[in-house]
Amino acid sequence: MKVLVPVKRVIDYNVKVRVKADNTGVDLANVKMSMNPFDEIAVEEAIRLKEAGTATEIVAVSIGVKDATKVLHTALAMGADRAILVEATDDQENDIEPLAVAKILAKVVEEEQPGLVLLGKQAIDNDCNATGQMLAAVLGWAQATFASNVEITPEGATVIREVDGGLQTIKIKTPAIVTVDLRLNEPRYASLPNIMKAKKKPFETKTPSDYGVDVAPRLEVVKVVEPSSRQAGVKVGSVAELVEKLKNEAGVI
Amino acid sequence: MQFGLTEEQEMIVSTVRSFVETEIYPHEADVERTGEVPPELAEAIKAKTIELGFYACNFPESIGGAGLSHLDFALVERELGRGSMALTHFFGRPQNILMACEGEQIERYLLPAVRGERMDALAMTEPDAGSDVRGMKCAARRDGGDWVVNGSKHFISGAEHADFVIVFIATGEEDTPKGPKKKITTFLVDRGTPGFTIREGYRSVSHRGYKNMILEFDDCRLPDAQVLGPVDGGFAVMNEWLYATRITVATMSVGRARRCFDMGLAYAAERKQFGQQIGKFQGVSFQLADMITEIDAADWLTLAAAWRLDQGLPANREIASAKLYASEMLARVTDATLQIYGGMGLMDDFPIERFWRDARVERIWDGTSEIQRHIISRDLLRPLGA
Ligand SMILES: Cc1cc2nc3c(=O)[nH]c(=O)nc-3n(C[C@H](O)[C@H](O)[C@H](O)COP(=O)(O)OP(=O)(O)OC[C@H]3O[C@@H](n4cnc5c(N)ncnc54)[C@H](O)[C@@H]3O)c2cc1C
Repeated sequence: MKVLVPVKRVIDYNVKVRVKADNTGVDLANVKMSMNPFDEIAVEEAIRLKEAGTATEIVAVSIGVKDATKVLHTALAMGADRAILVEATDDQENDIEPLAVAKILAKVVEEEQPGLVLLGKQAIDNDCNATGQMLAAVLGWAQATFASNVEITPEGATVIREVDGGLQTIKIKTPAIVTVDLRLNEPRYASLPNIMKAKKKPFETKTPSDYGVDVAPRLEVVKVVEPSSRQAGVKVGSVAELVEKLKNEAGVI
Repeated sequence: MQFGLTEEQEMIVSTVRSFVETEIYPHEADVERTGEVPPELAEAIKAKTIELGFYACNFPESIGGAGLSHLDFALVERELGRGSMALTHFFGRPQNILMACEGEQIERYLLPAVRGERMDALAMTEPDAGSDVRGMKCAARRDGGDWVVNGSKHFISGAEHADFVIVFIATGEEDTPKGPKKKITTFLVDRGTPGFTIREGYRSVSHRGYKNMILEFDDCRLPDAQVLGPVDGGFAVMNEWLYATRITVATMSVGRARRCFDMGLAYAAERKQFGQQIGKFQGVSFQLADMITEIDAADWLTLAAAWRLDQGLPANREIASAKLYASEMLARVTDATLQIYGGMGLMDDFPIERFWRDARVERIWDGTSEIQRHIISRDLLRPLGA
């Protein structure tokens, strides 16, 4: 079974993001970019499936700017077999929307015929949590989101999903879309021999027009602001004062 | 001229950085407190390093290393420099002097060292011979076809974990224009060789858990098969291979300075006095400006020296400059960071006091600052006949 793993280039999770002064977005100039952490988990899962003999080939794909090449090389250094870059924009401020990404991925799926597409449950930059679901819809495939365990069975796959306050186990038919959650696994480090081999692995570059997909934005970002900072607390002198404040100031009791 | 890292180098840096952050940082406080590295932990770090293909990455691919260039290897060591030396010791980088192994020494020492099966240590220094290596007293005399060694070495790092030690021993004297000098031969000495003892050394203020040991030779008999390189050729062997350890000190100093600086920077942005962040006081912010300038300067000086080695250019003076400047920079950066932390900087709740203590040895081992200045100035003046 071939496994397709889409990976996104996002602002590194360690970077403290700053909103641009004109409130149009966050500052990406000279900021460290890395693979979306959930996508790393997806790559790791694919590698484990390959090590277990379930997966035969791992194809990593990224849609975005040319510099996403680095993210693909990271996937190759971790253990993916080949990579496809769809150069969809030359402006890193232009975040390709989930629907356009899903449409391109659907075409890649048509060409590659994977038995499983493993995606991160969301990208940590826009937090859309939509691409996997949209891809399932475009393809008409089964989907299992927020996976914390994936088991491939003769009939398809058994996936444990992280849902509010608990776990849900579902069975799906393959080919399928699975989006992965934080607790699925701990991604490995790229080994030195694999780092050295990464650039020698097959690497294709495509454009959205190769797939006949229009990536023009459908959404307009109106405003981006910093999260409001927490207000300083107050110390109360007695229980009576606390109750009084909760009643009259906070209005919660 | 090109100052960026290649993608492979970026990935190497990022892998080693994550390794140090996840596999080393969490154990540092314990090692610091106990002065010991639990054997299981040492084995685990070693096993993970081997699995990642980083063990002995400074050795050529032809013998099972990773064939990293001097520059790539300096980047690896820069990241390792962030972590406790007692622990990163097991991210094994055997002495590259082992490349001088010949014949059956290759199977007995070189290959097992590269595979992580046997660990090494290197011994030159003696109580009466530090900077003046050729003043050594530890001597071997011929007896039958063998060598018989008497004397001692001290300050030998990592010898408690070593399966064998690369030892420099006097094997006679020669007349030089500057008077009689010792002839030196390099020996490979197995732990457990009769007449050879490795015992606890002193307690050092720097790098707790990275112990320095005392070696004693008492009529220790060694056959010719234990001689590394030519007999009486030890000084040349030393000069051919030991420059690398000075790049190591330089680049590890840069890594550690960077870790320390980042903590100082964060603290300056958080800590408030007189109603504002202390980073807003010029007295603090200008210190940060000086620190980062010096860190970058040391970084480029070191990487440029490593690059010269890769290009086959003379690099002796450049390496000495890098070792000198980076180790002295680390002292200033750790001291200034401690000052920014105020009293808390001295408390072992934060690693700052440790960085400050650890920094002290960097100006002493692998050639003191004075010896580096000597090397640099001789390189400049000797051609002028001065
Ligand atoms: C923790 C630790 C670990 C070590 N690990 C090892 C190891 O694994 N293997 C090993 O072989 N050695 C090791 N060393 C030894 C280290 O390399 C020596 O300490 C160093 O070379 C200095 O020698 P010394 O301490 O005897 O000082 P000395 O040589 O006695 O120097 C004393 C002072 O005199 C100055 N001085 C000496 N000569 C000159 C000169 N010509 N011009 C100007 N000033 C001069 C020195 O700079 C210094 O300030 C280690 C040392 C330490 C502290």
